[in-house]
Amino acid sequence: MSPLDAILEPLAYPFFVRALAAATIVGLVCAVVGSYMVLRGLAFMGDALSHAAFPGVVVAYLLQGPFYLGAAVAAVGTALAIGWVSRRGRLRGDTAIGVLFAGMFALGIFLFSRIPSYVGDLFGFLFGEVLGISDADLVALVGLAIVVLALVVVFWKELLYSTFDPMGAAAAGLPVGRLEYLFLALIALTIVVSLQAVGIILVVAMLITPAATGQLLASSFGRLVAIAVAIGVVSPAVGLYASYWLDAAAGATIVLVQTLVFGTVLIGRAIATGRGGQPAATPA
Amino acid sequence: MTGSFATPAAGARAAASPAGVAVHMTDVSAGYDGAPAVEAASVDIPTGALVAVFGPNGGGKTTLLKLMAGLLEPWRGRVEILGGPPTGAARRAAYVPQAELVDWSFPVSVWDVAMMGRFPRLGPLRQPASVDRQAVGAALERVGMLAHARTQIGRLSGGQRRRAFLARAIAADPELYLLDEPVTGVDVPTQEDLMALLDEESQAGRTVIATTHDLAAASRHFTTVVGINRRIMAAGPVELLNDPEVLRQTYGGHLLMIGERGVLLDDAHHHDTASGPERHFHEGDIAP
Repeated sequence: MSPLDAILEPLAYPFFVRALAAATIVGLVCAVVGSYMVLRGLAFMGDALSHAAFPGVVVAYLLQGPFYLGAAVAAVGTALAIGWVSRRGRLRGDTAIGVLFAGMFALGIFLFSRIPSYVGDLFGFLFGEVLGISDADLVALVGLAIVVLALVVVFWKELLYSTFDPMGAAAAGLPVGRLEYLFLALIALTIVVSLQAVGIILVVAMLITPAATGQLLASSFGRLVAIAVAIGVVSPAVGLYASYWLDAAAGATIVLVQTLVFGTVLIGRAIATGRGGQPAATPA
Repeated sequence: MTGSFATPAAGARAAASPAGVAVHMTDVSAGYDGAPAVEAASVDIPTGALVAVFGPNGGGKTTLLKLMAGLLEPWRGRVEILGGPPTGAARRAAYVPQAELVDWSFPVSVWDVAMMGRFPRLGPLRQPASVDRQAVGAALERVGMLAHARTQIGRLSGGQRRRAFLARAIAADPELYLLDEPVTGVDVPTQEDLMALLDEESQAGRTVIATTHDLAAASRHFTTVVGINRRIMAAGPVELLNDPEVLRQTYGGHLLMIGERGVLLDDAHHHDTASGPERHFHEGDIAP
């Protein structure tokens, strides 16, 4: 089989094309939001909110309601609750995150285990079913992705300033507290967008790994986002083809591609720096 | 003791700009987790003054600045800047935090940092335009950092870092500068440059308030001073620094007199490391 055939053959299946579209959009949105997350030190928050979305997914399943709505309510609600608890002092942010995310995930498992006709597709919730995405799912996903990206485009300056220097931003009149809530809501929505593609457990990798790779290489925020987006958009295609030809789990393969890119960059930089060369982040 | 300025120096400077009070604090107390850092502070700072806030470590210098910047709510009393509450006037004030509080590994260039000074006035929907780029370029030119505009901030020297942050403040075109230790730990040429800039700003009718550990620099470069040790201990023209009584009160008795001017010694660290009377104007270089 020629390389061209290897690329064209899976495209004959509509489910593969839908998966490719969905995963690419997820990669894009995750890379953009993740770029702010790594700079804010919120990687753990990404993991927490994806787990917290689980009870919402289960309730939506039980009520036969839209999956996205349930996940969004649970994730956004938990994000705001974490922000509220940690802003009230006494508890550190990571403590608030730990308590709330474990509690929410436990609630999800509890509800799931009470489903009378135990369907046993917990695996799908946890690790994603990008190949099972329907046209309706894709429309909802695109709509949510546009909302998230539009909010980032509108507030990129304010988010950047309040991430870099919260005190300077607050003193200059930016609503730093409200921006924090907005950003938590953006993370939650991004996770909702991503859940079906990569599942609860692996969402955090889609969010963090491309941005972390960008952080290794970039000396400016614009370049960090550009590198993260490039990885976020290309890795789903590479991962999906690899999973098709290797007959492996799609979401996990996409994440592995991103991890591989990160590892290569990390080692490449270590070698370059070890040789006495300048690290790649040398400003122009 | 409360302070009020009717000083010849500040008065003359303010005359060029609309007469008025840039900062008005009445009986302000504030602190953290129930522990007071500033008590019963009342002070008026006239428009166009070039003010050094001095005092011992933990004496409330930074807290006073945060109150003016609206970063801290007073427990009681009232803070007004530029004729209103700090939050309302925030966009007309520029605050520069201490250098230790900045994440220098953050992927932003000198240009990016200075451009942030323009963000609040732009608002969410407007993008930086040529007028903003001009303002940023002019600010970087004034602080002597235009040649380093593309440099990531972590690659700068200590002095260059302070220059970059002052450029952000200048780019914001503020009426009031609130600077936390703007010249601490920088080389002498940078200190001279930055102070000359702040002097120009004050001559132009903008109010500059800076905390400092360095009494020598304060007496050389500023026109007015505020001494704080939880309470406002002195406020007035810079000549107050020549008054041993003012220094003794502000530093709580840990003060040696050397030559004509007081030299302070404000905390136990200094006594631990004391090695005789030849100590110079400094106090902050020993970490609290």
